[in-house]
Amino acid sequence: MSTVSVPAERPPLLRRLVGFNLLTAVILAAVGYYAGWWLGHQITAPSLAYFADTSQDDVALFLAYTLGVVGFLVGIGLLNYPVSRMLGRPSSIHDLKEHQRTSWTRYISLCTDHKVVGLQYLIGIGFFIFLGGVNAMLIRFELLRPNPVFPPGQYLTLVGLHGTMMMGMMTSGILGPFGSYFLPLMIGSRRLAFPRLEALTFWLLMAGGVVLMSTVFYGGFPTGWTGYAPLNDQANMGMDAYIAFFALVGISMTLLAFNMLATVFTMRAPGLTWGRLPIFVWSIVATAGLNVLAAPVLVTTLTMVALDRTAQTGFFLSTQGGSQFLYENLFWFFGHPEVYILAIPGFGILLELLPVFARKPLWGYRLGVAGMLGVALMSFFVWQHHLFVSGINADLRPFYMLSTELISLPTGFIFLCALGTLWRGKIRYDVPMLFCLGWIFNFLIGGLSGVFLSDVPSDVTTHGSFFSMAHFHYTIVGGLIFTFFAAVYYWLPKMTAVELNQRLGKIHFWIMFISFNSTFAPLFAIGFLGQPRRVATYPSNLQFLNDWASVSAFVLGFSILIFLANLIWSLVIVRHPAEENPWHSKSLEWQVPTPVPSYDFERIPVIDSDPYPYGVERPPPAPIPAITPAGR
Amino acid sequence: MGYRIAAIVAGTAAIVAVLVWYVAGFLTIAPSAVASLTTKGAEPTAELTLQTVASLGSGYTQPTWVSYLVKDKNGKWQHSTIFTLPAHALVHVTVYQYDGNSGLRNPFLARPQGTVGDVMQVDGKTVDVVDPADASHTFAIAAYHLVVPLVGVGDNAKNQCDQAPCGLDKAHRTITFSFRTGGPGHYRWQCFVPCAAGFIYGFGGPMQSIGYMDGFLNVV
Amino acid sequence: MVLTAVASLVAVPLVVFVLGPHLPPGKGTDQAAGQVTDNTVLTAVMTPFVCFILVFLAYSMIFFRRRGSEIEEGAAIRGNPRAQTAWIVITSATVLFFAGYGTWALLQSGSGGGQGHDPMSVPSGPKLAVQVIAQQWQFSYRYPSYGGLETSQLMLPANRLIELHVTSLDAVHSFWAYGLGVKADATLGADNVVFVNTRAPRPFDIHCAELCGLFHGYMFDKGGVVDASTFAAWIAKQREVFQAVARYMPAYATTYAPDPQRRAG
Repeated sequence: MSTVSVPAERPPLLRRLVGFNLLTAVILAAVGYYAGWWLGHQITAPSLAYFADTSQDDVALFLAYTLGVVGFLVGIGLLNYPVSRMLGRPSSIHDLKEHQRTSWTRYISLCTDHKVVGLQYLIGIGFFIFLGGVNAMLIRFELLRPNPVFPPGQYLTLVGLHGTMMMGMMTSGILGPFGSYFLPLMIGSRRLAFPRLEALTFWLLMAGGVVLMSTVFYGGFPTGWTGYAPLNDQANMGMDAYIAFFALVGISMTLLAFNMLATVFTMRAPGLTWGRLPIFVWSIVATAGLNVLAAPVLVTTLTMVALDRTAQTGFFLSTQGGSQFLYENLFWFFGHPEVYILAIPGFGILLELLPVFARKPLWGYRLGVAGMLGVALMSFFVWQHHLFVSGINADLRPFYMLSTELISLPTGFIFLCALGTLWRGKIRYDVPMLFCLGWIFNFLIGGLSGVFLSDVPSDVTTHGSFFSMAHFHYTIVGGLIFTFFAAVYYWLPKMTAVELNQRLGKIHFWIMFISFNSTFAPLFAIGFLGQPRRVATYPSNLQFLNDWASVSAFVLGFSILIFLANLIWSLVIVRHPAEENPWHSKSLEWQVPTPVPSYDFERIPVIDSDPYPYGVERPPPAPIPAITPAGR
Repeated sequence: MGYRIAAIVAGTAAIVAVLVWYVAGFLTIAPSAVASLTTKGAEPTAELTLQTVASLGSGYTQPTWVSYLVKDKNGKWQHSTIFTLPAHALVHVTVYQYDGNSGLRNPFLARPQGTVGDVMQVDGKTVDVVDPADASHTFAIAAYHLVVPLVGVGDNAKNQCDQAPCGLDKAHRTITFSFRTGGPGHYRWQCFVPCAAGFIYGFGGPMQSIGYMDGFLNVV
Repeated sequence: MVLTAVASLVAVPLVVFVLGPHLPPGKGTDQAAGQVTDNTVLTAVMTPFVCFILVFLAYSMIFFRRRGSEIEEGAAIRGNPRAQTAWIVITSATVLFFAGYGTWALLQSGSGGGQGHDPMSVPSGPKLAVQVIAQQWQFSYRYPSYGGLETSQLMLPANRLIELHVTSLDAVHSFWAYGLGVKADATLGADNVVFVNTRAPRPFDIHCAELCGLFHGYMFDKGGVVDASTFAAWIAKQREVFQAVARYMPAYATTYAPDPQRRAG
């Protein structure tokens, strides 16, 4: 392996600030924003005269967001490469230099190294999820007493910001950080198929997060994360932030998914047949397939809402020849695959980690793959279970009841694989394993409570109540977030080359597991007793259960602070170097050195076994045979 | 090491500062409550004087929005829709109506209900119904099943008011009615006339903002 | 397996006889009672699965844990076709039972859910039509068989078959009468029909269950099922109040297209 060595140079600070970096990006974003705002106000038409009455100029705000995001992307340097190629200049050595930089500043600038993008994703998404979590705490604070604390408009914004931020960010919560970082390592590739696209998806998502938070300057939005029409048309300009955010998320997740699919399809190492793919890679394939098919529907739908709000198209207004039902159908056609986009990467992490800590091959590999692909496929045929009482297609309810209940079959496969892998293993209770076992318990409750919602007679009471809210928090927090933390504790030592404190990790797990269940289990009861979602007031007889849930939620929030303290303690203060392979994993990503060299593999490995050669029957083969021609 | 710790402290402080602003500068922003003029007695009575304006005019955050205003104890008009009323009291309400007609979405609300005698006085005349098309706003308290339709000023009336607060020299209608409060509690009140100009179905902006066409009663 | 069977044998009767009667939404109407039965059946059938997975999980965690501090390898088992087949067969059968049972329960009387303008399960017998009109932010009610009477409160006669027509004048709402076991979305321009067989007189809670704007969380009220004579007296009183506004009311219709339609000014 020969590397091109670039002499280290360190220009003066001013020189370093001029160029394409985060500072430039923020400045150009502001310039673009005000340019769009000004441009929007120049556009007049008789049909836009009502802006004068409402003090709301949605055209200006949409243009401001659009040009602001474009300015941001230009400033960070995403146009440099395509423009230079269009001008006929060759791909410069600058790119290579970027790739091999070791300064910490590459984490706050455009970098096409998949490992840097992975860590950027982890930090960026983590930040916005933290904000979403703060909103959750404030929601539970509001619900401490039956009478309102916050004014109702702000409370709805709070609820909407929590839901939208969590949904938007966590769609890339596994694929972004861990997919970007480990997908190439797991399939024996030195990069993702489209490294620049990968960086673009990250910066789009970050721009989106800032756009969503800006809603507080425009009066917030009242619709929750579902954004139903015609409420989304009545809403203040804050609604535009929601629309722009979710559209950016949709674009980001579509591109991210195409990138992942292209990488898996074309860049697997020799010998890595489909039957030997790590199960986590399969989960990425299934999720990316969902992304590619569902996210464009979201982007289209939101574009139509934006046109309703500006050009007065009336797609979703029944008095204009449109239909609110159309919005509900389109939204949930995206919205239900969306929840499996959240869940399936969790399945992948679970099944990827269990063999390592049970020291056994994955039990029922094909069943697990079938489960993920089955869930992905079937998730497109269930969306109207969100609309059982809406009056749409009432005759189709038995079909959607059947399809929704059928989807529990492939989900059941995942449970069977998990239990089978534990059976006769030698289980180690390290922190990642604890989070995986937590998944089994939480997702069991989350999944089975979904049966009530899929059954029309039972759904009549549970729909739109705290029951359904508790259900999806059990599947998404109890499922996805628990496996997210499993992945963080499992892979972060490889990503940062620094060890995490295991004792703090265990404390984090136990507090989080207990307080999570203590928060959301009472919410099933609250929903059963008749409290609708997204309300700031409730009957006084429900106060005890609500207070219980609120206090537990605060403890849950505290457990996240323990995690953050662990991160700061381990990564910033102690910085104890991590072992190369602390979990004695046999999968490919653990066989590269720590810290991972920028070229990942000295030689592209040839794969000659399945990814889980644990167990006592046969000796583990060396995963990276030395006699391999370097290729690719 | 010192550099890293300083960075952590600075980052934490920045996040905390943003969150404090978020809670103090956005989440808890609401008009302050205005107490009614109260007379104690066997049955306490209270006087509540309101006005509605078609647009607030200059000097307000949203100059083009329609809004209620309330007179405080000193006789000054305040831009608030949160009122403090005594419990188990007879409340006499006077509304000076400066806005024009929008028309009711649900004509049923043209019938005053929940007031003493299920009637109201318009410019001194007792009525038990108005033409739904003439309604400009309503004053409605859901918990009491109280609805009072407020007739608007005709479009061709002279001397229309365009700057809040409006004086009695401007074209207006005067509506008075009485109702009884129940026990202590926190109740919402609102307008049912889709009067938010420019918003779809007339129900955005001021119709969905506390301090304009929606508010609360603190009954104590 | 034995442990699972024992746990299930204990848990299932507990679910059916102890938890079951407390499951929502009570037995105020035939539809609500049907939902209680439905919830009980679902919970009872799922209980053995919970027992199986939890017993299996706990057993594995206790007996298959690593004893020493060294890395030990487990057994290299990659699957078990019989176990996999059995799991697929059992879960498939359960799921098909759920779907079949749910469909059967739904076809009985619509289970209190909104069925759209053309309901597929229509209980037989004379019906009293009542319209629920949602708007931002209150429900009002029309009784077409009493001269299109509109009221601000919902009262229903006991032991009658009620045909509710739910519609909206603006945003999407959801009419949730908890004690009746009724939930139906209210949509502008759409008629959503629900049937409910009332039983003995009792009050019930009404909420809006679909986010509809600023006062969504405050859009609640109390309604009542009352006996026939109380109902007649209440209707007579409401007609007195209504008399004044009757001449302004539009004719009863399943939907209303209210003015102003676009940007009010």
